[in-house]
Amino acid sequence: MSAIILKDLDISYGHTKVVEGVNIEVAEGESFALVGESGSGKSTILKAIAGLAPDWSGEISVLGQPRGRSVDQGFATRCQMVFQDPYGSLHPRKSVDTVLSEPLKIHGLGNRDARVIEMLAAVGLDQRFRFRYPHQLSGGQRQRVAIARALMLEPKVMLLDEPTSALDVSVQAEILNLLKKLRREQGLTYLMVTHNLPVVSFMCDRMAVMNKGRIVEIAPATALHDGSFTDPYTQSLYAASGGNPDRKD
Amino acid sequence: MSHSHQSEQAPLLELENLRVSFPTPQGRVEVVKGLSFTLGRERLGIVGESGSGKSMTGRAILRLVRSPGRQQADRMVFDGIDLAGLSERKMRDLRGARISMIMQDPKFSLNPVMTIGAQIAEALKTHETLARREIKSRVLEMLHSVRINDPERVVNLYPHEVSGGMGQRIMIAMMLIPRPDLLIADEPTSALDVSVQAQVLDLIDELVRDKGMGLILISHDLNLVARYCDRILVMHAGEVVESCAAEDLHKATHPYTQGLLAAVPRMEETREELPVLDRSAWSGT
Repeated sequence: MSAIILKDLDISYGHTKVVEGVNIEVAEGESFALVGESGSGKSTILKAIAGLAPDWSGEISVLGQPRGRSVDQGFATRCQMVFQDPYGSLHPRKSVDTVLSEPLKIHGLGNRDARVIEMLAAVGLDQRFRFRYPHQLSGGQRQRVAIARALMLEPKVMLLDEPTSALDVSVQAEILNLLKKLRREQGLTYLMVTHNLPVVSFMCDRMAVMNKGRIVEIAPATALHDGSFTDPYTQSLYAASGGNPDRKD
Repeated sequence: MSHSHQSEQAPLLELENLRVSFPTPQGRVEVVKGLSFTLGRERLGIVGESGSGKSMTGRAILRLVRSPGRQQADRMVFDGIDLAGLSERKMRDLRGARISMIMQDPKFSLNPVMTIGAQIAEALKTHETLARREIKSRVLEMLHSVRINDPERVVNLYPHEVSGGMGQRIMIAMMLIPRPDLLIADEPTSALDVSVQAQVLDLIDELVRDKGMGLILISHDLNLVARYCDRILVMHAGEVVESCAAEDLHKATHPYTQGLLAAVPRMEETREELPVLDRSAWSGT
Protein backbone atom coordinates (compact mmCIF):
# COMPACT_ATOMS: atom_id res chain seq x y z
CA MET A 1 0.00 0.00 0.00
CA SER A 2 1.22 3.48 -0.78
CA ALA A 3 1.55 5.92 2.10
CA ILE A 4 0.61 9.00 0.10
CA ILE A 5 -1.12 9.15 -3.28
CA LEU A 6 -1.75 12.47 -5.01
CA LYS A 7 -3.68 12.26 -8.28
CA ASP A 8 -4.20 15.18 -10.68
CA LEU A 9 -3.98 17.54 -7.75
CA ASP A 10 -4.77 21.22 -8.42
CA ILE A 11 -4.61 23.71 -5.56
CA SER A 12 -5.78 27.34 -5.69
CA TYR A 13 -5.62 30.34 -3.45
CA GLY A 14 -8.65 32.37 -4.48
CA HIS A 15 -8.51 32.73 -8.26
CA THR A 16 -4.85 31.86 -8.58
CA LYS A 17 -3.97 28.29 -9.30
CA VAL A 18 -0.67 27.63 -7.51
CA VAL A 19 -0.32 23.90 -8.04
CA GLU A 20 -1.40 22.11 -11.20
CA GLY A 21 -1.70 18.47 -12.18
CA VAL A 22 0.52 16.94 -9.52
CA ASN A 23 0.83 13.14 -9.42
CA ILE A 24 2.96 11.58 -6.71
CA GLU A 25 2.97 8.17 -5.13
CA VAL A 26 5.06 7.73 -1.98
CA ALA A 27 5.60 4.17 -0.79
CA GLU A 28 5.25 3.23 2.86
CA GLY A 29 8.52 3.76 4.71
CA GLU A 30 9.91 5.94 1.93
CA SER A 31 11.46 9.36 2.38
CA PHE A 32 10.39 11.59 -0.47
CA ALA A 33 11.54 15.16 -1.12
CA LEU A 34 9.83 18.05 -2.89
CA VAL A 35 12.37 20.59 -4.07
CA GLY A 36 12.09 23.86 -5.93
CA GLU A 37 12.32 27.60 -5.51
CA SER A 38 10.06 29.65 -3.31
CA GLY A 39 6.70 30.11 -4.95
CA SER A 40 6.94 26.81 -6.80
CA GLY A 41 4.06 25.35 -4.75
CA LYS A 42 5.95 22.73 -2.77
CA SER A 43 4.79 23.86 0.68
CA THR A 44 1.27 24.28 -0.67
CA ILE A 45 1.12 20.56 -1.44
CA LEU A 46 1.97 19.74 2.18
CA LYS A 47 -0.64 22.21 3.36
CA ALA A 48 -3.29 20.63 1.17
CA ILE A 49 -2.47 17.18 2.53
CA ALA A 50 -2.59 18.49 6.10
CA GLY A 51 -5.90 20.24 5.42
CA LEU A 52 -4.56 23.79 5.65
CA ALA A 53 -5.27 24.66 2.01
CA PRO A 54 -8.84 23.45 1.47
CA ASP A 55 -9.32 24.77 -2.06
CA TRP A 56 -8.10 21.76 -4.05
CA SER A 57 -9.41 19.34 -6.62
CA GLY A 58 -8.18 15.89 -7.60
CA GLU A 59 -7.41 13.12 -5.18
CA ILE A 60 -5.40 12.98 -1.97
CA SER A 61 -5.17 9.76 -0.05
CA VAL A 62 -3.02 8.83 2.89
CA LEU A 63 -2.45 5.20 3.89
CA GLY A 64 -5.24 4.11 1.58
CA GLN A 65 -7.85 6.47 2.98
CA PRO A 66 -8.99 9.41 0.84
CA ARG A 67 -8.81 12.78 2.51
CA GLY A 68 -11.90 14.93 2.78
CA ARG A 69 -11.94 18.69 2.85
CA SER A 70 -13.17 19.08 6.42
CA VAL A 71 -11.40 18.70 9.75
CA ASP A 72 -10.68 15.03 10.26
CA GLN A 73 -9.61 13.80 13.71
CA GLY A 74 -8.79 10.33 12.48
CA PHE A 75 -6.53 11.81 9.84
CA ALA A 76 -4.47 13.55 12.53
CA THR A 77 -3.53 10.22 14.07
CA ARG A 78 -2.14 9.00 10.75
CA CYS A 79 -0.41 12.07 9.41
CA GLN A 80 1.24 15.07 11.10
CA MET A 81 3.20 18.09 9.97
CA VAL A 82 6.36 19.82 11.24
CA PHE A 83 6.72 23.45 10.26
CA GLN A 84 9.67 25.45 9.06
CA ASP A 85 10.21 27.98 11.78
CA PRO A 86 10.44 26.62 15.32
CA TYR A 87 10.34 30.22 16.56
CA GLY A 88 6.87 30.69 15.13
CA SER A 89 5.25 27.27 15.43
CA LEU A 90 5.22 26.89 19.23
CA HIS A 91 2.76 28.80 21.39
CA PRO A 92 4.84 31.23 23.46
CA ARG A 93 2.66 30.91 26.55
CA LYS A 94 2.34 27.15 26.64
CA SER A 95 4.97 25.01 28.34
CA VAL A 96 6.54 22.07 26.56
CA ASP A 97 4.44 19.75 28.73
CA THR A 98 1.18 21.48 27.71
CA VAL A 99 2.13 21.47 24.05
CA LEU A 100 2.90 17.76 24.10
CA SER A 101 -0.16 16.76 26.16
CA GLU A 102 -2.61 18.73 24.03
CA PRO A 103 -2.97 16.22 21.19
CA LEU A 104 -3.51 13.46 23.75
CA LYS A 105 -6.27 15.46 25.44
CA ILE A 106 -8.01 16.23 22.15
CA HIS A 107 -8.03 12.56 21.23
CA GLY A 108 -8.99 11.45 24.74
CA LEU A 109 -5.91 9.36 25.29
CA GLY A 110 -4.75 8.53 28.80
CA ASN A 111 -1.42 7.86 30.42
CA ARG A 112 -0.29 11.32 29.36
CA ASP A 113 2.49 11.71 31.88
CA ALA A 114 4.32 8.61 30.81
CA ARG A 115 3.83 9.37 27.11
CA VAL A 116 5.26 12.88 27.43
CA ILE A 117 8.29 11.60 29.35
CA GLU A 118 8.86 8.87 26.79
CA MET A 119 8.57 11.25 23.85
CA LEU A 120 11.00 13.78 25.34
CA ALA A 121 13.52 10.98 25.64
CA ALA A 122 12.86 9.84 22.06
CA VAL A 123 13.67 13.28 20.61
CA GLY A 124 16.74 13.62 22.80
CA LEU A 125 15.50 16.29 25.20
CA ASP A 126 16.36 16.13 28.87
CA GLN A 127 13.42 15.82 31.30
CA ARG A 128 14.27 19.19 32.84
CA PHE A 129 12.94 20.86 29.67
CA ARG A 130 9.45 19.51 30.30
CA PHE A 131 8.08 22.53 32.14
CA ARG A 132 9.93 25.19 30.23
CA TYR A 133 8.50 27.73 27.80
CA PRO A 134 9.67 28.14 24.18
CA HIS A 135 11.65 31.32 24.90
CA GLN A 136 13.81 29.33 27.31
CA LEU A 137 14.86 26.94 24.56
CA SER A 138 17.33 27.26 21.70
CA GLY A 139 16.25 26.88 18.07
CA GLY A 140 17.33 23.25 17.89
CA GLN A 141 15.55 22.40 21.14
CA ARG A 142 12.36 24.06 19.89
CA GLN A 143 12.47 22.06 16.68
CA ARG A 144 12.83 18.90 18.78
CA VAL A 145 9.70 19.92 20.68
CA ALA A 146 7.85 20.53 17.40
CA ILE A 147 8.89 17.08 16.17
CA ALA A 148 7.84 15.53 19.49
CA ARG A 149 4.44 17.21 19.24
CA ALA A 150 3.93 15.80 15.76
CA LEU A 151 4.85 12.32 16.98
CA MET A 152 2.61 12.29 20.08
CA LEU A 153 -0.28 10.58 18.28
CA GLU A 154 2.08 8.02 16.75
CA PRO A 155 1.37 8.93 13.12
CA LYS A 156 2.89 6.87 10.33
CA VAL A 157 3.26 9.71 7.85
CA MET A 158 5.16 12.92 8.58
CA LEU A 159 4.99 16.08 6.48
CA LEU A 160 8.19 18.08 6.98
CA ASP A 161 8.23 21.67 5.73
CA GLU A 162 11.88 22.78 5.61
CA PRO A 163 12.50 21.41 9.11
CA THR A 164 16.07 22.72 9.35
CA SER A 165 16.28 25.84 7.21
CA ALA A 166 16.02 28.17 10.23
CA LEU A 167 18.83 26.41 12.07
CA ASP A 168 22.64 26.58 12.16
CA VAL A 169 24.57 23.85 10.31
CA SER A 170 25.70 22.06 13.45
CA VAL A 171 22.14 22.09 14.84
CA GLN A 172 20.80 21.08 11.43
CA ALA A 173 23.03 17.99 11.60
CA GLU A 174 21.53 17.06 14.98
CA ILE A 175 17.95 17.43 13.77
CA LEU A 176 18.58 15.55 10.53
CA ASN A 177 20.16 12.70 12.50
CA LEU A 178 17.17 12.68 14.82
CA LEU A 179 14.68 12.55 11.94
CA LYS A 180 16.62 9.72 10.34
CA LYS A 181 16.75 7.78 13.60
CA LEU A 182 13.01 8.22 14.23
CA ARG A 183 12.17 7.04 10.75
CA ARG A 184 14.28 3.92 11.24
CA GLU A 185 12.85 3.15 14.69
CA GLN A 186 9.20 3.87 14.05
CA GLY A 187 8.94 2.97 10.37
CA LEU A 188 7.78 6.46 9.38
CA THR A 189 7.14 7.81 5.90
CA TYR A 190 8.46 11.29 5.22
CA LEU A 191 7.29 13.81 2.66
CA MET A 192 9.79 16.60 3.01
CA VAL A 193 9.94 20.05 1.44
CA THR A 194 13.37 21.62 1.09
CA HIS A 195 15.46 23.75 -1.21
CA ASN A 196 18.71 22.31 0.07
CA LEU A 197 19.85 19.55 -2.29
CA PRO A 198 22.58 18.10 -0.04
CA VAL A 199 19.92 17.57 2.65
CA VAL A 200 17.92 15.55 0.11
CA SER A 201 21.00 13.47 -0.58
CA PHE A 202 21.32 12.72 3.13
CA MET A 203 17.68 12.17 4.05
CA CYS A 204 15.68 11.03 1.05
CA ASP A 205 15.25 8.16 -1.39
CA ARG A 206 13.49 10.03 -4.19
CA MET A 207 12.79 13.63 -5.09
CA ALA A 208 10.28 15.56 -7.17
CA VAL A 209 11.44 18.85 -8.63
CA MET A 210 8.82 21.58 -8.90
CA ASN A 211 8.74 24.72 -10.97
CA LYS A 212 5.81 27.14 -11.23
CA GLY A 213 3.32 24.76 -9.65
CA ARG A 214 4.15 21.72 -11.75
CA ILE A 215 6.41 18.76 -11.21
CA VAL A 216 9.08 18.84 -13.87
CA GLU A 217 10.99 15.74 -12.86
CA ILE A 218 10.94 12.85 -10.40
CA ALA A 219 14.38 11.36 -9.83
CA PRO A 220 16.12 9.09 -7.34
CA ALA A 221 18.25 10.95 -4.78
CA THR A 222 21.31 9.20 -6.18
CA ALA A 223 20.98 11.39 -9.28
CA LEU A 224 22.47 14.13 -7.09
CA HIS A 225 25.79 12.27 -7.10
CA ASP A 226 26.49 12.90 -10.74
CA GLY A 227 23.78 15.38 -11.73
CA SER A 228 22.11 12.96 -14.15
CA PHE A 229 18.89 14.91 -14.51
CA THR A 230 16.93 15.10 -17.72
CA ASP A 231 14.98 18.33 -17.23
CA PRO A 232 16.81 21.59 -18.00
CA TYR A 233 15.25 23.35 -14.99
CA THR A 234 16.52 20.64 -12.63
CA GLN A 235 19.95 20.88 -14.18
CA SER A 236 20.09 24.63 -13.61
CA LEU A 237 18.93 24.20 -10.01
CA TYR A 238 21.63 21.60 -9.50
CA ALA A 239 24.27 23.87 -11.00
CA ALA A 240 23.14 26.83 -8.86
CA SER A 241 23.55 24.65 -5.76
CA GLY A 242 27.19 24.17 -6.70
CA GLY A 243 26.92 20.74 -8.29
CA ASN A 244 28.99 18.00 -6.72
CA PRO A 245 32.39 19.50 -5.81
CA ASP A 246 33.66 16.07 -4.72
CA ARG A 247 33.35 14.81 -8.25
CA LYS A 248 35.14 17.04 -10.72
CA ASP A 249 35.41 15.89 -14.27
CA MET B 1 44.89 40.49 -11.71
CA SER B 2 45.29 44.10 -10.54
CA HIS B 3 43.44 42.95 -7.48
CA SER B 4 46.33 41.17 -5.81
CA HIS B 5 48.69 43.99 -6.73
CA GLN B 6 46.59 46.56 -4.91
CA SER B 7 46.41 44.53 -1.73
CA GLU B 8 50.15 45.05 -1.26
CA GLN B 9 49.55 48.76 -0.73
CA ALA B 10 48.58 50.31 2.59
CA PRO B 11 45.73 48.31 4.16
CA LEU B 12 42.17 49.52 3.74
CA LEU B 13 41.13 48.61 7.23
CA GLU B 14 43.12 47.78 10.32
CA LEU B 15 41.40 46.42 13.36
CA GLU B 16 43.14 45.60 16.59
CA ASN B 17 41.62 44.13 19.71
CA LEU B 18 37.99 44.98 18.92
CA ARG B 19 35.64 44.31 21.81
CA VAL B 20 31.86 44.61 21.87
CA SER B 21 29.95 44.06 25.10
CA PHE B 22 26.37 44.12 26.32
CA PRO B 23 25.12 44.49 29.90
CA THR B 24 23.22 41.60 31.46
CA PRO B 25 21.99 41.03 35.01
CA GLN B 26 25.19 39.03 35.52
CA GLY B 27 27.43 41.90 34.41
CA ARG B 28 28.74 42.87 30.99
CA VAL B 29 29.07 40.05 28.51
CA GLU B 30 31.55 40.34 25.67
CA VAL B 31 30.16 39.16 22.35
CA VAL B 32 33.30 40.07 20.43
CA LYS B 33 36.45 39.33 22.41
CA GLY B 34 39.52 41.01 21.03
CA LEU B 35 39.24 40.63 17.29
CA SER B 36 42.14 41.79 15.11
CA PHE B 37 42.59 41.73 11.36
CA THR B 38 43.96 43.75 8.47
CA LEU B 39 42.05 44.07 5.24
CA GLY B 40 43.47 45.10 1.88
CA ARG B 41 41.45 45.51 -1.26
CA GLU B 42 40.48 41.89 -1.06
CA ARG B 43 37.53 39.68 -0.20
CA LEU B 44 37.41 38.55 3.40
CA GLY B 45 34.83 36.07 4.66
CA ILE B 46 33.72 35.90 8.28
CA VAL B 47 31.92 32.65 9.13
CA GLY B 48 30.34 31.46 12.33
CA GLU B 49 27.11 30.23 13.82
CA SER B 50 24.42 32.44 15.29
CA GLY B 51 25.74 34.20 18.36
CA SER B 52 29.36 33.97 17.29
CA GLY B 53 29.66 37.75 17.04
CA LYS B 54 30.15 37.94 13.29
CA SER B 55 27.35 40.44 12.62
CA MET B 56 28.38 42.56 15.59
CA THR B 57 31.88 42.78 14.10
CA GLY B 58 30.38 44.12 10.88
CA ARG B 59 28.29 46.66 12.75
CA ALA B 60 31.18 47.72 14.97
CA ILE B 61 33.28 48.69 11.94
CA LEU B 62 30.54 51.19 11.05
CA ARG B 63 30.19 52.13 14.73
CA LEU B 64 26.58 50.99 14.64
CA VAL B 65 26.51 49.07 17.92
CA ARG B 66 23.55 50.53 19.72
CA SER B 67 23.50 51.55 23.36
CA PRO B 68 23.54 49.82 25.87
CA GLY B 69 26.02 47.85 23.78
CA ARG B 70 29.53 49.22 23.94
CA GLN B 71 32.45 48.85 21.57
CA GLN B 72 36.13 49.60 21.99
CA ALA B 73 39.26 48.87 20.04
CA ASP B 74 42.96 49.57 20.44
CA ARG B 75 43.12 50.53 16.80
CA MET B 76 40.43 50.94 14.19
CA VAL B 77 41.80 52.68 11.13
CA PHE B 78 40.10 52.89 7.76
CA ASP B 79 42.24 54.21 4.90
CA GLY B 80 44.28 56.38 7.28
CA ILE B 81 41.23 57.65 9.21
CA ASP B 82 40.94 56.74 12.86
CA LEU B 83 37.34 55.57 13.13
CA ALA B 84 37.31 55.38 16.92
CA GLY B 85 38.15 59.07 17.33
CA LEU B 86 35.76 60.38 14.67
CA SER B 87 32.82 62.55 15.69
CA GLU B 88 29.36 61.14 15.10
CA ARG B 89 28.84 63.73 12.37
CA LYS B 90 32.01 62.81 10.51
CA MET B 91 31.15 59.16 10.95
CA ARG B 92 27.81 59.76 9.26
CA ASP B 93 29.57 61.29 6.26
CA LEU B 94 31.69 58.18 6.01
CA ARG B 95 28.91 55.63 6.31
CA GLY B 96 27.44 54.81 2.96
CA ALA B 97 29.91 57.01 1.11
CA ARG B 98 33.11 55.12 1.86
CA ILE B 99 32.01 52.07 3.80
CA SER B 100 28.60 50.61 3.15
CA MET B 101 26.70 47.61 4.31
CA ILE B 102 24.24 45.26 2.65
CA MET B 103 21.75 43.90 5.13
CA GLN B 104 20.24 40.46 5.27
CA ASP B 105 16.66 40.88 4.18
CA PRO B 106 15.52 43.36 1.52
CA LYS B 107 11.98 43.13 2.87
CA PHE B 108 12.99 44.88 6.07
CA SER B 109 15.71 47.17 4.81
CA LEU B 110 13.84 48.98 2.06
CA ASN B 111 11.43 51.77 2.88
CA PRO B 112 7.96 50.47 1.93
CA VAL B 113 6.48 53.89 1.21
CA MET B 114 9.21 55.25 -1.06
CA THR B 115 9.68 54.32 -4.69
CA ILE B 116 12.83 52.44 -5.54
CA GLY B 117 14.15 55.30 -7.64
CA ALA B 118 13.68 57.78 -4.80
CA GLN B 119 15.45 55.52 -2.31
CA ILE B 120 18.47 55.00 -4.49
CA ALA B 121 18.61 58.69 -5.30
CA GLU B 122 18.47 59.49 -1.60
CA ALA B 123 21.58 57.40 -0.99
CA LEU B 124 23.36 59.48 -3.58
CA LYS B 125 22.00 62.90 -2.58
CA THR B 126 23.07 62.42 1.02
CA HIS B 127 26.69 62.35 0.01
CA GLU B 128 26.98 64.32 -3.20
CA THR B 129 25.47 67.45 -4.67
CA LEU B 130 24.36 66.72 -8.19
CA ALA B 131 21.89 68.07 -10.72
CA ARG B 132 18.57 66.26 -10.79
CA ARG B 133 19.15 65.00 -14.30
CA GLU B 134 22.52 63.60 -13.38
CA ILE B 135 21.10 61.84 -10.33
CA LYS B 136 18.48 60.22 -12.51
CA SER B 137 21.03 59.00 -15.01
CA ARG B 138 23.30 57.65 -12.25
CA VAL B 139 20.34 55.78 -10.73
CA LEU B 140 19.38 54.22 -14.04
CA GLU B 141 22.97 53.32 -14.81
CA MET B 142 23.36 51.70 -11.39
CA LEU B 143 20.16 49.68 -11.75
CA HIS B 144 21.39 48.58 -15.12
CA SER B 145 24.71 47.44 -13.68
CA VAL B 146 22.94 45.26 -11.08
CA ARG B 147 21.24 43.64 -14.09
CA ILE B 148 17.76 44.97 -13.68
CA ASN B 149 16.05 44.88 -17.03
CA ASP B 150 13.94 47.88 -17.81
CA PRO B 151 15.23 50.24 -15.07
CA GLU B 152 12.95 53.02 -16.37
CA ARG B 153 9.97 51.02 -15.12
CA VAL B 154 11.57 49.74 -11.92
CA VAL B 155 12.45 53.20 -10.54
CA ASN B 156 8.74 53.93 -10.18
CA LEU B 157 7.89 50.70 -8.37
CA TYR B 158 7.49 50.24 -4.62
CA PRO B 159 9.42 47.54 -2.73
CA HIS B 160 6.38 45.26 -2.38
CA GLU B 161 6.09 45.12 -6.16
CA VAL B 162 9.45 43.44 -6.69
CA SER B 163 10.68 39.93 -5.90
CA GLY B 164 13.18 39.06 -3.17
CA GLY B 165 16.09 38.66 -5.56
CA MET B 166 15.28 41.95 -7.26
CA GLY B 167 14.92 43.66 -3.86
CA GLN B 168 18.37 42.47 -2.88
CA ARG B 169 19.82 43.73 -6.15
CA ILE B 170 18.19 47.09 -5.48
CA MET B 171 19.81 47.11 -2.03
CA ILE B 172 23.15 46.45 -3.68
CA ALA B 173 22.54 49.28 -6.14
CA MET B 174 21.72 51.59 -3.24
CA MET B 175 24.85 50.65 -1.35
CA LEU B 176 27.17 50.92 -4.33
CA ILE B 177 25.92 54.11 -5.91
CA PRO B 178 28.07 56.43 -3.73
CA ARG B 179 31.05 54.29 -4.89
CA PRO B 180 32.31 53.09 -1.51
CA ASP B 181 35.78 51.61 -0.93
CA LEU B 182 34.65 48.94 1.47
CA LEU B 183 31.51 46.87 1.28
CA ILE B 184 30.27 44.86 4.24
CA ALA B 185 27.72 42.24 3.24
CA ASP B 186 25.97 40.66 6.21
CA GLU B 187 24.31 37.44 5.03
CA PRO B 188 23.36 39.13 1.74
CA THR B 189 21.66 36.04 0.32
CA SER B 190 20.26 34.03 3.19
CA ALA B 191 16.73 35.28 2.44
CA LEU B 192 17.00 34.23 -1.20
CA ASP B 193 16.55 31.07 -3.23
CA VAL B 194 19.63 29.08 -4.25
CA SER B 195 19.31 29.98 -7.91
CA VAL B 196 19.02 33.70 -7.13
CA GLN B 197 21.74 33.44 -4.47
CA ALA B 198 24.39 32.60 -7.04
CA GLN B 199 23.31 35.50 -9.27
CA VAL B 200 23.47 38.04 -6.44
CA LEU B 201 26.85 36.83 -5.20
CA ASP B 202 28.31 36.75 -8.70
CA LEU B 203 27.11 40.31 -9.11
CA ILE B 204 28.70 41.49 -5.84
CA ASP B 205 31.87 39.66 -6.81
CA GLU B 206 32.01 41.29 -10.23
CA LEU B 207 31.38 44.79 -8.90
CA VAL B 208 33.95 44.38 -6.15
CA ARG B 209 36.57 43.22 -8.64
CA ASP B 210 35.83 45.87 -11.24
CA LYS B 211 35.89 48.75 -8.80
CA GLY B 212 38.78 47.37 -6.75
CA MET B 213 36.78 47.53 -3.53
CA GLY B 214 37.34 45.66 -0.31
CA LEU B 215 34.65 43.18 0.70
CA ILE B 216 33.75 41.65 4.03
CA LEU B 217 31.27 38.84 3.49
CA ILE B 218 29.58 37.69 6.69
CA SER B 219 27.79 34.36 6.49
CA HIS B 220 27.05 31.13 8.29
CA ASP B 221 27.56 29.14 5.11
CA LEU B 222 31.14 27.82 4.96
CA ASN B 223 30.99 26.59 1.39
CA LEU B 224 29.51 29.81 0.10
CA VAL B 225 32.21 31.89 1.77
CA ALA B 226 34.90 29.57 0.45
CA ARG B 227 33.54 30.07 -3.06
CA TYR B 228 33.47 33.86 -3.00
CA CYS B 229 36.33 34.98 -0.75
CA ASP B 230 40.11 35.07 -0.76
CA ARG B 231 40.57 34.73 2.97
CA ILE B 232 38.38 33.35 5.76
CA LEU B 233 38.05 34.01 9.46
CA VAL B 234 36.08 31.46 11.46
CA MET B 235 34.48 32.91 14.57
CA HIS B 236 33.17 31.11 17.60
CA ALA B 237 31.87 32.73 20.79
CA GLY B 238 33.32 36.12 19.91
CA GLU B 239 36.79 34.91 19.03
CA VAL B 240 38.55 34.03 15.80
CA VAL B 241 39.37 30.34 16.05
CA GLU B 242 40.82 29.98 12.59
CA SER B 243 42.14 32.21 9.84
CA CYS B 244 43.11 30.76 6.50
CA ALA B 245 43.11 31.22 2.74
CA ALA B 246 39.79 30.16 1.19
CA GLU B 247 41.30 27.33 -0.81
CA ASP B 248 42.84 25.87 2.34
CA LEU B 249 39.54 25.71 4.22
CA HIS B 250 39.34 21.93 3.90
CA LYS B 251 42.77 21.72 5.57
CA ALA B 252 41.42 23.59 8.62
CA THR B 253 43.10 22.54 11.83
CA HIS B 254 40.86 23.86 14.59
CA PRO B 255 38.39 21.21 15.82
CA TYR B 256 35.51 23.70 15.68
CA THR B 257 36.09 24.46 11.99
CA GLN B 258 36.54 20.76 11.24
CA GLY B 259 33.33 20.00 13.12
CA LEU B 260 31.40 22.65 11.20
CA LEU B 261 32.69 21.40 7.88
CA ALA B 262 31.83 17.80 8.68
CA ALA B 263 28.30 18.69 9.81
CA VAL B 264 27.32 19.98 6.34
CA PRO B 265 25.54 17.34 4.25
CA ARG B 266 27.21 16.70 0.91
CA MET B 267 25.75 16.38 -2.54
CA GLU B 268 26.95 12.78 -2.62
CA GLU B 269 26.07 11.72 0.90
CA THR B 270 27.15 8.26 1.96
CA ARG B 271 27.36 8.79 5.74
CA GLU B 272 24.60 7.14 7.71
CA GLU B 273 24.83 9.81 10.39
CA LEU B 274 26.21 13.34 10.35
CA PRO B 275 28.92 14.08 12.90
CA VAL B 276 27.66 16.46 15.57
CA LEU B 277 29.72 19.12 17.28
CA ASP B 278 30.61 18.30 20.84
CA ARG B 279 29.85 21.67 22.34
CA SER B 280 31.26 20.77 25.74
CA ALA B 281 34.73 20.76 24.15
CA TRP B 282 34.64 24.55 23.98
CA SER B 283 33.73 26.86 26.77
CA GLY B 284 30.87 28.41 24.74
CA THR B 285 27.14 27.76 24.91
